[in-house]
Amino acid sequence: MPNPLLDMGCLDLREAIGQHQITSVQAAQAVFDEMDQWEPVLGAYLSTFAQQALERAEQMDRRMASGDRLGPLAGVPVAVKDNMCTAFGTTTCGSKILANFHAPYNAAVIDRLLAADAVIVGKTNMDEFAMGSSTENSGLGRTINPWDVTRVPGGSSGGSAAAVAARLCFAALGSDTGGSIRQPASFCGIVGLKPTYGRVSRYGLVAYGSSLDQIGPMARSVADCALMLNVIAGHDPRDSTSVDEKTAPVGDCLKDLDKPVAGLRIGIVPQATEGADRPVRDAVTEAVEVYRKSGATVVEVDMPHLDYAIAAYYVIATAEASSNLARYDGVHYGHRTANPRDYVEVYTKSRAEGFGQEVKRRIMLGTYALSSGYYDAYYLKALKVRNLIRRDFANAFERCDCILMPVAPTTAFKLGEKSTDPLQMYLADVYTISANLAGIPAISIPAGCDGHGLPIGLQVLCPAFAEQRLLRIARMFESKTDWHTRKPAWGSHGTK
Amino acid sequence: MARSDMQVEVIVGLEIHVQLCTASKLFCGCAVESGQPANSLVCPVCLGMPGVLPVMNKKAVEYAALTGLALNCQIASFTKWDRKSYYYPDLPKNYQVSQYDLPLAHHGFIEIPLPSGQTKRIRIRRVHLEEDAGKNLHATGNFSQVDLNRTGTPLMEIVTEPDMNNATEVKALAMELQRIVRYIGASEADMQKGQMRFEPNVNLAITRHGQVFKSPIAEVKNLNSFRALEKSVDFEAQRQLEEFLATGLTLQTGNKTTRGWDDAHEVTVLQREKEEAHDYRYFPEPDLVPVRVDEAWLDRIKAGICELPLQRQLRFVREYGLNDYDAGVLTLERSTADFFDDAVKAGGQPKRICNLLTQVGLKIANERGCRFVDLGIKSRDVAALAEMIDRGQVNASAGARILAEMVATGRDPQTLSGQLNLLQKSDASELEALVDQVLEACPQALDEIRSGGKKGPKARSYLVGQVMQRTQGQANPAVVSEIMARRLGI
Repeated sequence: MPNPLLDMGCLDLREAIGQHQITSVQAAQAVFDEMDQWEPVLGAYLSTFAQQALERAEQMDRRMASGDRLGPLAGVPVAVKDNMCTAFGTTTCGSKILANFHAPYNAAVIDRLLAADAVIVGKTNMDEFAMGSSTENSGLGRTINPWDVTRVPGGSSGGSAAAVAARLCFAALGSDTGGSIRQPASFCGIVGLKPTYGRVSRYGLVAYGSSLDQIGPMARSVADCALMLNVIAGHDPRDSTSVDEKTAPVGDCLKDLDKPVAGLRIGIVPQATEGADRPVRDAVTEAVEVYRKSGATVVEVDMPHLDYAIAAYYVIATAEASSNLARYDGVHYGHRTANPRDYVEVYTKSRAEGFGQEVKRRIMLGTYALSSGYYDAYYLKALKVRNLIRRDFANAFERCDCILMPVAPTTAFKLGEKSTDPLQMYLADVYTISANLAGIPAISIPAGCDGHGLPIGLQVLCPAFAEQRLLRIARMFESKTDWHTRKPAWGSHGTK
Repeated sequence: MARSDMQVEVIVGLEIHVQLCTASKLFCGCAVESGQPANSLVCPVCLGMPGVLPVMNKKAVEYAALTGLALNCQIASFTKWDRKSYYYPDLPKNYQVSQYDLPLAHHGFIEIPLPSGQTKRIRIRRVHLEEDAGKNLHATGNFSQVDLNRTGTPLMEIVTEPDMNNATEVKALAMELQRIVRYIGASEADMQKGQMRFEPNVNLAITRHGQVFKSPIAEVKNLNSFRALEKSVDFEAQRQLEEFLATGLTLQTGNKTTRGWDDAHEVTVLQREKEEAHDYRYFPEPDLVPVRVDEAWLDRIKAGICELPLQRQLRFVREYGLNDYDAGVLTLERSTADFFDDAVKAGGQPKRICNLLTQVGLKIANERGCRFVDLGIKSRDVAALAEMIDRGQVNASAGARILAEMVATGRDPQTLSGQLNLLQKSDASELEALVDQVLEACPQALDEIRSGGKKGPKARSYLVGQVMQRTQGQANPAVVSEIMARRLGI
């Protein structure tokens, strides 16, 4: 039986540590014990820091004993996706090209976690450079879904989602460029929040699609996500796209979290939900009912340009990626080919050897989209679509406070099921991508399960910088349902 | 150029890269300095490490805007950054952050002084900012090394329209631009340190039998001296004419060539035959926000602009009666011109101050390899010295000596003239006696004067010189001449 301590939420654990009921070392040790048993199957982590984490936990306990006032995550074991730079260990982005890369600095979010006295236990697996929806594109390892070992955990933050769901940490950070936090959260039955673009500093997040990337929390409750967001959000002068406090103050997301939003108006987009599997559609319909019973009104909103979101996304994201990934060339750091004939071969061979198929595919797509003669037809047009989608949301939010949608058209699919058909994989991003294009916050919360017992996520989207409201709306649903209390059976049943 | 059967016009446009003199780099806090150990002025940002983000150096934008204003440009109220992609080991991100379709400044002009004393207006197409690359060091052995100290240094690219028609104009523009950026404090523009580099685009318009032919454009890369710039344009004009006569090749899309300058042989050398299908895949830099230059900011930048060198040069000619050459020399450095203006304001006669500065002061500064103002003398002391010369208290050559001593000792001219015994003798009775002695001692010269022959004036200055010699140069030559004239009855 797993240590029951591992089922605690971050807030409860923090409180228990504060009241000396549990020590930080006990919490960290429980996580590492559980990892010893299950990590060989799960493969959620690319690297773990047992010694460093236990030392830090000890330090927290000492400080706690000496009466220091500790941070909001004091002694809480957390994980981070391996595309956030840490001055300790490696930062691989799930890529062979960075397999041995040691970053010389901490990402802004890492510094914030440490300042909040969190204990970082490891760095999680991901699709290479965050490109993918199943974590199968990792060049460094395979992660499975703790609900069903034959299925994918989703992606690209699949390692973080699996680790949180399987109790191998209490919360984790993911990054979301087109759904990479929300979709794995949905597949693994946890809560995942993509904040507003500019809410969390991207300094130290290895870039995929710079204008879309955003770091966010993944946890087992809305409240824990709120706690994590409190810690990581805020202006950072090192990120020119991070929003200053005057324009959009972060606020305390835990405050009033349990207070329902009065007179809530829910927006639904009937046309959008059609393509989803039956259990997913049913879950959304039932969720709408839950809100209605809580006093919310429901309005249908039109999102006429949603159909173009995938096309626009795969042009913009890949264009930016083709440029962002140009630096991995074997010259300055990362993998370098063994016997280059000249400097051109240093580039071509290092990149050919270091990058996986999907990364190469997207680099080529993006390079093509930016090429002279094609720029206007692809990139520029995609930017126009992006503006139209922004406008669709702006119009919709005049009539409602939030929009409900599926996270993904399906539940977790089988390992290998879609990996040979990239287009199928891209199309599954249909519900998540628009939030990235519009830069608005969106959350995935557990809202059902399908015939296989696999979790289904509900997506709630709000206007930019309305994270406080978004979390309260999510909490309204959570407080009326118990989907978030379900946990994968594998641990107790000894699936191996 | 002209041949009996045809007219040849040279057409030159210039691209100039100017390094701005900010303390730190364009997108990070690393110092901008040359001559430091390789890779000692770097950080994760300018090394292009994974996850880093650029933060714009506002001062660099201000310097570039200031230059734009000095070049009579329109300053864009909205401008942005773009990525320019190409692979090269000295470019760690394999893209350069630059400005593509919305440059910070555009549509300006510069007046350049011509040898005739006239000026010519050359249109400025655009002024934009970009980051510099590092340097590849090709040491011996089967490898190269990369020094990234220079990576991220703020560079301003200035592009002119093809409005220049000979090498002299090209050089005049380059020199004028150097003077301007130094004046406004945007750059030190030291070419030896690579802070100013030129790339002329040259071709010819050849008119023969009423038909105009244009030769293919050649761009000469990376010139870092006025001399190389001038010579390469001359060389290209000649080469292209010969090539046209031999082949009849004319300008077409895609036949622009890139050439390098071989300084030892003074020739341009072909680098790239056709303009390779360079596709830089420009797109807006998503890690930086657009730059909005509002009125208040622009006003603050405008306040930093001063009287520009050519305006000042022309004013020195107009108001102070200096010749063009002297006015040009005095306005080369803003601080020297400021000093000159101050000295004139302090009461000195402009022409006299000009002579002291150009003939003595700047010479000493040159020898010391510093600016004139770094000599540490005061403008009011130079003004006082000029007045002493004008009042006849010291003569011109004594004035030069006093100025040199002022530099050496830091003392004022009154004190020095006394100490060095350089005050002129203007006492008539004393000088009359001396004149009489000289006249008596030099009967031959006296004869030549009295005979009214050709040698008369020369003999007269000889006699004045004799008096000067007997007073160790302290006699006032004007007074001596006057007594001499009276004695000789002329």
